[in-house]
Amino acid sequence: MSENRKPILSVRGVKVHFKVRQGNNWPWQAPRTLRAVDGVSFDLFEGETLGIVGESGCGKSTLSRAMLNLIPATDGSIVWMGKEMRGASHAEWQAARKDIQMIFQDPLASLNPRMTVAQIIGEPLRTHRPELSKDEVMARVKKMMVRVGLREQQINRYPHEFSGGQAQRIGIARALILEPKLVICDEPVSALDVSIQAQIINLLKELQREMGLSLIFIAHDLAVVKHISDRVLVMYLGHVMELAGKHALYDQPTHPYTQALMSAIPLPDPKAEQNKVIQILSGELPSPINPPSGCVFRTRCPKVQTQCAQTEPQLHGVASGGEAACLLV
Amino acid sequence: MSLLQVKNLGVRFTTPDGVISAVNGVNFELERGKTIGIVGESGSGKSQTVLALMGLLAKNGQATGEALFEGKNLLEMTPKQLNGIRGDRISMIFQDPMTSLNPYLTVERQMTEVLELHKGMSRKQARTRAIELLEAVKIPEAARRVNMYPHEFSGGMRQRVMIAMALLCEPEILVADEPTTALDVTVQAQIISLLKDLQRDFGTSIIMITHDLGVVAGICDKVMVMYGGRTMEYGSADDIFYRPTHPYTIGLLNALPRLDHEGAELVSIPGNPPNMAHMPAGCPFSERCSLADARCITEMPPLIAAADQPQVLRACHKTGADVIALKHKEPAHV
Repeated sequence: MSENRKPILSVRGVKVHFKVRQGNNWPWQAPRTLRAVDGVSFDLFEGETLGIVGESGCGKSTLSRAMLNLIPATDGSIVWMGKEMRGASHAEWQAARKDIQMIFQDPLASLNPRMTVAQIIGEPLRTHRPELSKDEVMARVKKMMVRVGLREQQINRYPHEFSGGQAQRIGIARALILEPKLVICDEPVSALDVSIQAQIINLLKELQREMGLSLIFIAHDLAVVKHISDRVLVMYLGHVMELAGKHALYDQPTHPYTQALMSAIPLPDPKAEQNKVIQILSGELPSPINPPSGCVFRTRCPKVQTQCAQTEPQLHGVASGGEAACLLV
Repeated sequence: MSLLQVKNLGVRFTTPDGVISAVNGVNFELERGKTIGIVGESGSGKSQTVLALMGLLAKNGQATGEALFEGKNLLEMTPKQLNGIRGDRISMIFQDPMTSLNPYLTVERQMTEVLELHKGMSRKQARTRAIELLEAVKIPEAARRVNMYPHEFSGGMRQRVMIAMALLCEPEILVADEPTTALDVTVQAQIISLLKDLQRDFGTSIIMITHDLGVVAGICDKVMVMYGGRTMEYGSADDIFYRPTHPYTIGLLNALPRLDHEGAELVSIPGNPPNMAHMPAGCPFSERCSLADARCITEMPPLIAAADQPQVLRACHKTGADVIALKHKEPAHV
C-alpha cells in the first residue's frame, strides 16, 4: 500500500477498558479494569482489506465494535474520513455509520427472526434514507438480493427458511445496500462449512472490487485471512503484535507470537504435517484484568529475556517490511 | 483381525415428517493403534455414525447393520452390556467440553466414578490414578486442580480433562467428535500433539471426526469422506490428499484457502448443503456436482475400488479425465 495515500480510517492508541467486579469479594471494593483493547493503532486505506487475527480473548471483536462506537473507546483517537470521531455526538456517529457497516459471525442470530428478508435488507435504507419511496426501497432490495446470489422470489421469506450460507448472504446484502465505504466483517465465515465458506469469500472479494469497498476482516483462521487481506494485524491480549503486508507476514513472520501462530495451523497436506515442527506455546492466555508487565506475550514467549518484563515494546519497522512489537527484533 | 469392523451401518430417524435416513451403508475397519478420520460438512452423518456405534442415538433413532468390536455386534447389545464397554474399552470425547462435563461435580468425582464403576477401585486408588492421568495430559498442578469444578478451567484445559477422563481405563478405541473445533489454533496444536503422544504411549486406536482437513492430514492414517449420509471416498490420507478421485473430495480440497500456496480465487462448490428430508434418489452430491448427469440423479453409485488406485474406494459414476480435470478447475463466478 502506498504511503502517500490518505487513510479513510486512522486509529491511534485506541483503548477499550471495562470496569468489572469479577474476583472482588466485597461490594465496597473498587471495580477492577479489564483491558480488552490496550493501545491499538493502524491506518486503513481506500479499497484495502485489513485482516485482524488473534485467538479468542485478544480483543479483535471489541476493537471492531469500537470502530462503530457500539462499544465506546475509553482512550485514543478514531479518525474517520478526516474527522475525529471519539467523543462525537450520536447524530455524528449515525451519519458515519451510513458509510461503515458490519457483517456478523452467526448469520442466523444476527437476523431478526420476525422480519422478512425484504424488511431486513430494507431496514438500513428506511433508517438512513427516509426520503426514498417504498417502491424505490423494494427495487433496491431486489437488486441487492440478486447481486449477493439470492433469488428475488425469496423476498418474503423469514430467516429460518435459509441455510447458514444463504443467511450470511442476507447479512451481506443488508450491509451493502447503503453502498458503504467500509465494511467490518467479524468472523463472517467461521460458522460456515468449507464449501460454503469459499462461496462467501469469493462473493465478498467480488463485491469489494465492484464497489471499491474497504474491508476490515476479522477471523481466527489464518488461511482465510491470508486469502482475502492485503495487510494483516496480529493481536494478542489487546495489543498489536505485528502489522505487515500479507506476503511479508506469511513468508517471514517476525514476532515470536506470529511465528507460533503460523506453525500451529494444520496444513491439508499429510507429508508437510508429519515433517512440521510445531512451536507449542506453553501455558495459558493471561487475564486481561491483570496483564503481564512489559511485553504481554512474555509469559508464553519461547525467546523471552529479562528485559521483556521491564519495557513495553512498541511497533517498529522490521526487516520483512512490516512492523512488529518485540524488543528482540 | 481388525479391532472394529463396521459393516453396512445405517441410521434412521422417525420424525413427524416421515423417516429420515441420516447414514447409509457405511463400512470401515479400524486397526489397533491406527487413526481413521471421518470428514464431512454439516449434515454429512459423520457424528451420527459414531453416536450409533456408542449406542447414543436420540430416542427416535435406529441403527442398522453391524459394528463388530472383537467379533461382537455393538448395535445389538443391551444398554447394560454397552455400559460395560463404554468408558472402559471404547470412550468418547466431545466437541464442547463445557457442556459435556457435569458442572455440579468436581473433576475428581467425575473421574473417580469411572474407575470405581469399571475397575472396582477404591476412591483413594481412583483419585491417585485420576491425578496421574491429569498429569499425562499435561495439566499443571494436577493434584490441586483435580478438586476444581469444570468452570474453573479454560477451554483448552477442559478439553484435556475430558481426554484424561476418556483415557482413565486405557480404552482400545477413542472416539473424538470434533475435539478441537471449539479451540484456538495454538491450543488445537497442543491437543493434537497430546493425542499423538497418547496414541504412541497407550496404543489407542482413534476415530477422529472433523470438518478440518488440516487436522485430518496431521493425525489420520485412513480417511473417509462423507456427504449426505454416505461414504464418498475412503482411502489412506496420502491418497485422499494427493490423489483424490471423487468430485466431492476434489471440490473440498479446492475450496480450502491454503497457507502453503496461493490461488487467486477459491473454487467454491455451488449450492447448499443437502437437506436430509429431501435427498435425491441417486448420488447425494449430484445436486452440486458439475459432472452430474441423469444417471447420477437417479441411481446411487456403489462404493467400489478406483480403477487405477485399487486401495481407494469411491462412490461415483464418473471416472477418468473428467474427474482429473476438476483438480485444475478455474473458479466459476458465484
